[in-house]
Amino acid sequence: MIPNSFDYQRASSLKEVLKALTAGDGSVVIAGGHSLLPLMKLRMAHVSKVIDIAHLEELKGIEEHRRGARIGAGTTYRELAESEVLQERFPIIGEATRQVADLQVRNRGTIGGNLSHADPASDMPAVMMALGAELKLRSRSRRRTVPAAEFFLGPFNTAKEPEELLIEIVLPGLPRGAGSAYESFRQPASGYAMAGAAAVVKISRRRISHCVVALTGVADNVFLADTDGLIDTKGESENIATVAHEALAGVDVIGDLHAPEPYRRQLAKVAFGRAVTAAMARAG
Amino acid sequence: MATLFGSSIRRREDPRLLTGSATYTDDIKLPRMVYSGFVRSPYAHARIKRIDVSAAQGAPGVVAVYTGADVKDRLAPVPCAWNVPDCDLKIPPHLLLADDKVRYVGDPVAMVVAESRAAVRDAMDLVDVDYGPLDASIDPERATDGNAAQIHDDIPLNIAFEWHVNGGDTEAAFAAAEVTVSQRIVHARLIPNAMEPRAAVATHNAATGQLTLWTTSQNPHIARFLCSIMLGVPEHHLHVISPEVGGGFGSKIATYGDEALVSFAAMELGRPVKWTEDRSENYKATTHGRDHVQYVEMCGTKDGKITGLRTKVYAGLGGYASTAAPGVPTILHGLVYCGPYGIPNVAATVYGVYTNGTPVDAYRGAGRPEATFLIERLVDLLASEIGADPVALRRKNLIPAFEDGHEVATGLVYDSGNYERALDKALGILDYKGFRAEQSKARADGRYLGVGVVTYLEMCGLGPSKVAGAVGFGGGLYDSAIVRVYPTGSVRVYIGAKPHGQGEETTFAQIVADEFGYPIENIDVVAGDTDTTPQGWGTYGSRTTAVCGSAVKIAAQRVKEKAKKIAAHLLEASEDDIVWEDGAFAVRGSPANSKPFAEVAGMANVAWNLPEGMEPGLEATAFFDPSNFVYPFGTHLCTVEVNAATGEVKILRYIAVDDCGPHINPMIVEGQIHGGVIQGLGEGLLEMAVYDDEGQLLTGSMLDYAVPRASQMPAIETDHTVTPSPVNPLGVKGIGEAGTIASAACVVNAVCDALAPFGISHIDKPLTSARVWAAIQAAAKNGGAA
Repeated sequence: MIPNSFDYQRASSLKEVLKALTAGDGSVVIAGGHSLLPLMKLRMAHVSKVIDIAHLEELKGIEEHRRGARIGAGTTYRELAESEVLQERFPIIGEATRQVADLQVRNRGTIGGNLSHADPASDMPAVMMALGAELKLRSRSRRRTVPAAEFFLGPFNTAKEPEELLIEIVLPGLPRGAGSAYESFRQPASGYAMAGAAAVVKISRRRISHCVVALTGVADNVFLADTDGLIDTKGESENIATVAHEALAGVDVIGDLHAPEPYRRQLAKVAFGRAVTAAMARAG
Repeated sequence: MATLFGSSIRRREDPRLLTGSATYTDDIKLPRMVYSGFVRSPYAHARIKRIDVSAAQGAPGVVAVYTGADVKDRLAPVPCAWNVPDCDLKIPPHLLLADDKVRYVGDPVAMVVAESRAAVRDAMDLVDVDYGPLDASIDPERATDGNAAQIHDDIPLNIAFEWHVNGGDTEAAFAAAEVTVSQRIVHARLIPNAMEPRAAVATHNAATGQLTLWTTSQNPHIARFLCSIMLGVPEHHLHVISPEVGGGFGSKIATYGDEALVSFAAMELGRPVKWTEDRSENYKATTHGRDHVQYVEMCGTKDGKITGLRTKVYAGLGGYASTAAPGVPTILHGLVYCGPYGIPNVAATVYGVYTNGTPVDAYRGAGRPEATFLIERLVDLLASEIGADPVALRRKNLIPAFEDGHEVATGLVYDSGNYERALDKALGILDYKGFRAEQSKARADGRYLGVGVVTYLEMCGLGPSKVAGAVGFGGGLYDSAIVRVYPTGSVRVYIGAKPHGQGEETTFAQIVADEFGYPIENIDVVAGDTDTTPQGWGTYGSRTTAVCGSAVKIAAQRVKEKAKKIAAHLLEASEDDIVWEDGAFAVRGSPANSKPFAEVAGMANVAWNLPEGMEPGLEATAFFDPSNFVYPFGTHLCTVEVNAATGEVKILRYIAVDDCGPHINPMIVEGQIHGGVIQGLGEGLLEMAVYDDEGQLLTGSMLDYAVPRASQMPAIETDHTVTPSPVNPLGVKGIGEAGTIASAACVVNAVCDALAPFGISHIDKPLTSARVWAAIQAAAKNGGAA
């Protein structure tokens, strides 16, 4: 478990990072390191230089933004879980974050690193998609915003260009009174989701008026499930089960040692149902 | 004076372990030391066509690169030390570095030595091996079918041995049986996962010929013996030290070629050499456990009397025969087929089978879990078949209580037992009848509760040396202790066994403290160094307390006998008039006229005034060879709820009532049970090492191999009964493996009980949620209604 030799640059500013990323020399940024370092140690990733951004204050912090919030990409899981702003406005983030690995990992791992790594079984991409997050990307020459729903292109593949850095996540305010929930089934060894569902539900006049469900760990990419069949319904459990079944009908569900395809499909349906039901219960 | 025997004092090992001040093999650093690593086969089965080490040899910092060609004429093959007789055992040569062929993913082909670990790792990538891949044989049953790839040239059908046990007349019993049940059972391969991987450091003094090897062994004297054979270094020149060993679970019984190669390199280079396994390497290069395919049958009467047990077992050995491997599925497995039951007719055929997997050897329980599992599953199947309660059926067949010897059909003579008492105690803790009522009610509500019952018996405390010889074990099975008393009266105890987590530094000190009327602080226990400890045979098979602990007791008694003579002399009394009172030798009827042990020890050591003709000094050595194995037993109960929608198993309660004779330290006993139960529950619910058809290990890291975590495990309710063993002076039986032996079967029985409404009678372990859900789906398709 010894990586190839590599150069290390501790960045002193965001500007320095963005400049280094334009060099085209295969430099890779490192924050918490929990995704990158194991790959390097297994020699599955050969990296010539890492640029350490973990300490950059410019990338840290959580603040209110209109009815939503802005989260610096360098914010750690632990900071997410302990944020009063998020707890009040987006409790689903804390709920999901507390399921990530263990305290040591949560102390170092960052939301920006997680989203940029785009593990198809990771929790946070589903949560960000369900919340309609906007991801702010920046390179030396430009700034742009990509909706979470367009950011994840496939396993470990995102819309972020090599010279770009994810610097901030902007969460719009949820529809008033909406409830949210994250439910997942954990692979017993890795702790990654065998199926996870993030749901945001609003109820108006006792009927569902808004429902977004994002599923992770199910296919080779996180995705938004089709929930149209729940709009204007009361969300009876049979109805939720039917919509979950149909939402997964066309999905190429992956199978592996821990969750062969039929079983993972079943877990996805159960997670979908539990997340929607819990979000409904929390909707005001 | 209160005795320490029976007292739950804190483990004396723990402060250094918990504060990081213990010294493990990897902590050893010597001047001029170099590092090493092994290039291992990425193929399960392949011809080695060519190895080019030139690039590696020229890499920065590289000191040497060795291949099979360099060492095969200089080092003897890795020995297998358990030559089980009467089974046509075929042991192929096991070269330290594969020469013509590799036989599992992880088979070492080259060794790189360099100035730093990083340089070793970089150079390993430069060793260029040209392999000609061959078909792999992975499944131990299919490996024998005639179509599978043959792994060793002279071993057709890959069958290493065919071993039988026969007791009674099993053919007749089955022919006449009123009821017969049968099952195919697969025991997954397991990866032992000791917290510390293997490591070795060797240094050689060419002038004296002395070779010192620090290595992660459960049995350093066996390591010395076997390394001496591989290296050609005489045993008196070979000093093996196992410092702190971070768990083994059987995987550090074996003596591996790797450690011998580290020693070889140290001799070749004239520099100390270190090797430390990493976790991924450990998964491939250190022995695995279990890997059985079993066809098992039980017969009995309609009213629930078991009349026969018959099995055919394919036991995977992996690519080579590891140190103790042949004995595990035979002697340690087939001989215990009666369990605690009076089964009059027993027959087994066990095939040991070479496969293209990592070698399989002892893993906590070693053979006995595989036996207990099949017995306890069959008892449940028989109960179900005749409509009997599984507790009632067990009770009907348990051997009645006995105190000194009971012979069973396999020829074993159990030492002592009171199986029904443990069963009753466990049932009382659970409120078995109450649970059955709750289960019925839950089923009516569409919830699936189940209870697993296991009345186990195991054979451990290995064992009499004459039996070791008779069953082909390549060593003795006695153990030893030196009790040495210093001039100030403090004591060191040097033992032949090598505890590595079991707590004997504490429990053995408790034994000696009581003997000498001492506080525990006056006594240290030393293990693991072949230059200072007497010949012993190691820590495995739940033998250390029963065998080595008895040696400690006897040595302490010998010391005390001599001390008593000295005390009598100093007190000017007849030895017959000396009594031991309040931690001192006193003249009978005159308690003020006394000598504490420490004062006598001082006189023994300075020898100013000893009885005429007595040698100075105060120490004794004892070698204890037990007259029999010990046979712990107990009843475990497990209740579960199964979520039929997700297949998830939730353990509601786990109750363990064990009988290992008297407890020296009840807290340590409880800790051993906890650890053992968890390890068995991991086996029952989570753990499996899986190879694909090409022999690639799909569970090659902790991302895919599920070691149980605290958050996944239940609270464990422990209790015990005490049935002393007559075969050792402490009356104790082993407890290190009992939890594992019982718990895998217990949780599987519980889940199968919960799923009875679906018509499910068996699911192979581990009962992952995916497997349980699939079984429910399959049952539903076949019309099994909930």
